Amino acid sequence: MERPLLEVAGLRTWFDTYRGPLVAADRVSFELRRGETLALVGESGCGKSVTATSIMRLVRRPGLITHGQVFFRGEDLLRLPERAMRRLRGRRMAMVFQDPLSTLNPAFTVGSQITESLRVHGVARGRAARDQAAELLAAMGLPSPRERLRSYPHELSGGMRQRVMIAIAVSCSPELIIADEPTTALDVTLQAQIMELLASIRTKRGLSMILITHDLGLVSRFCDRAAVMYAGRIVEYATVPELLARPLHPYTEGLLKCIPRLGRPDIPVTPIEGAVPDLASPPPACRFAPRCPYVMARCEEREPPDYRLAGGRLARCYLREGESEDALWPPEEGT
Amino acid sequence: MAQSLADNRPDEGRADARLGTMRLLVGNRVALASGVLILVFLAMGLFAPWLAPHDPNQQHPDAIRAAPAWQSGGNSTFLLGTDGLGRDLLSRIIYGARVSIALGVAVVLLTMVVGSGLGLLAGYFGGWLDGVLSRVVDSLLAFPFLVLALAVMAATGPDLAALVLALAFKGWVDFYRVSRGDALAARQADYVMAARGLGASTPHLLLCEILPNIVPPIIVLAALRMATIIIAEASLSFLGIGVPPSIPAWGTMVADGRADIATAWWIATFPGLAILLLVLSVNLLGEGLRDALDPRMSL
Repeated sequence: MERPLLEVAGLRTWFDTYRGPLVAADRVSFELRRGETLALVGESGCGKSVTATSIMRLVRRPGLITHGQVFFRGEDLLRLPERAMRRLRGRRMAMVFQDPLSTLNPAFTVGSQITESLRVHGVARGRAARDQAAELLAAMGLPSPRERLRSYPHELSGGMRQRVMIAIAVSCSPELIIADEPTTALDVTLQAQIMELLASIRTKRGLSMILITHDLGLVSRFCDRAAVMYAGRIVEYATVPELLARPLHPYTEGLLKCIPRLGRPDIPVTPIEGAVPDLASPPPACRFAPRCPYVMARCEEREPPDYRLAGGRLARCYLREGESEDALWPPEEGT
Repeated sequence: MAQSLADNRPDEGRADARLGTMRLLVGNRVALASGVLILVFLAMGLFAPWLAPHDPNQQHPDAIRAAPAWQSGGNSTFLLGTDGLGRDLLSRIIYGARVSIALGVAVVLLTMVVGSGLGLLAGYFGGWLDGVLSRVVDSLLAFPFLVLALAVMAATGPDLAALVLALAFKGWVDFYRVSRGDALAARQADYVMAARGLGASTPHLLLCEILPNIVPPIIVLAALRMATIIIAEASLSFLGIGVPPSIPAWGTMVADGRADIATAWWIATFPGLAILLLVLSVNLLGEGLRDALDPRMSL
């Protein structure tokens, strides 16, 4: 079988805070095949964005990646010198951020920001770059792209800005796009348009995509696989249809129960009790144990392993012990 | 109707952003008047040899403390009168514009480049660089300017280069603080992260992403600092430790006329008025610039 485009193995990123080390992403492992879209799902602060910025190696101090490998096209990004990494960013892998107003530089026109990226990576310059930028904007569905090139970010609407951000991200034809909650800052009506745009670009250009979101509706429509994260760890990993049909981790189950269904007032909406744990002093074993409706004594003694299940699924919960083919135990705490 | 709507492209009538700033500035009458006045002073300094009716240092023993032309005892050859050595006041004021403006520009440019450069680096990199620079700045702020300037000028004697250094010694601190704060904020900005995500190098981030965003407040600060520097130079000259006596300077002239203020008011008043007008217009232009560069006002 062809090697996946991206393999993340045992990634651990922590932040050195005054309250002691805070592990924001803990032994995160997943893979992304070419042409596929992987969803990183979870609540705010569960480590989705940290995982994404770790892959791009954009984690800023006091953040530090201490363990793991990130194989991209067969190369371990975490062992790459910064110069080589810089050549990959934007050229082979690009990111679309949550808030397009703050991620576009307010001091420059949209056109100069698109051509900038083309120029930095030596794709095109001068008139050719401007032509290419206009083509990109047209492909993003912006009306009168030539005029738009002269606009400043504050002169555009939220949806237009996000289209510009996507244009910049795909400008150098990357193979991987990481979209970090690309529609969270937008109106609901625009959300579908922007997601359709991303999906069509992915298909047309044969890109692979990581979509970071807390919206399971988006996951079900646009993603092939999903990794559910909770308190810095991936608790469940499966293909999207399987995940939605039969969640194997109580947290995933809880997330699905939180979604109200239109026209089905008979199905109750059940929130997950309790709050996200404080990462500076997390629960000792299973991090979901304090909120879990099925909690057992052993859940608070030792962290459950990754149970490998039929269909390549993974679930980190003792409830799945019986169905499991193989268990991948975490190292004892303190190592 | 439908036709005209269709023709009305969204971009029509939208000028380039820089042009917008200029337009706002010109639209502000006070700023416009100040700008014109500054241009007049600038022209005075530049074309002093052609504009001045007399040699500014030439003494006229027959016309000592001559009153302005319109006063009784006035002399039409000396429009604003003469000083205690019989030197033509108008010519000296015209030449004096040179020193004030040239020193102001030189000091502001020097402090702006040094201060904003260091501030940018300290704000972006933080760490020990920021720690050291910020402590230096704190101790400079605690140091009285006049004492410092007195010490420097007493050590070197009246000398233009020493004067520039004495004025610049503390002046860069303001630029440092403004640009450090803005660079610190910009470092955390998402667009810097996004630019890094597109493969931008650190020098590129500093010069092409962050710097353009902190230029407007620096320009405004430069205009306001210019006024302060002109006053400081005049003060030092007034104390006799500024511009060398051979060069006509407004501060020196005010000092010269101080003793005669009761009998020959014009000797100190006209150069004082020149200082007032120049400083006032530089300040007002600075405020106009601040308003014009405020992004909330250029929608």
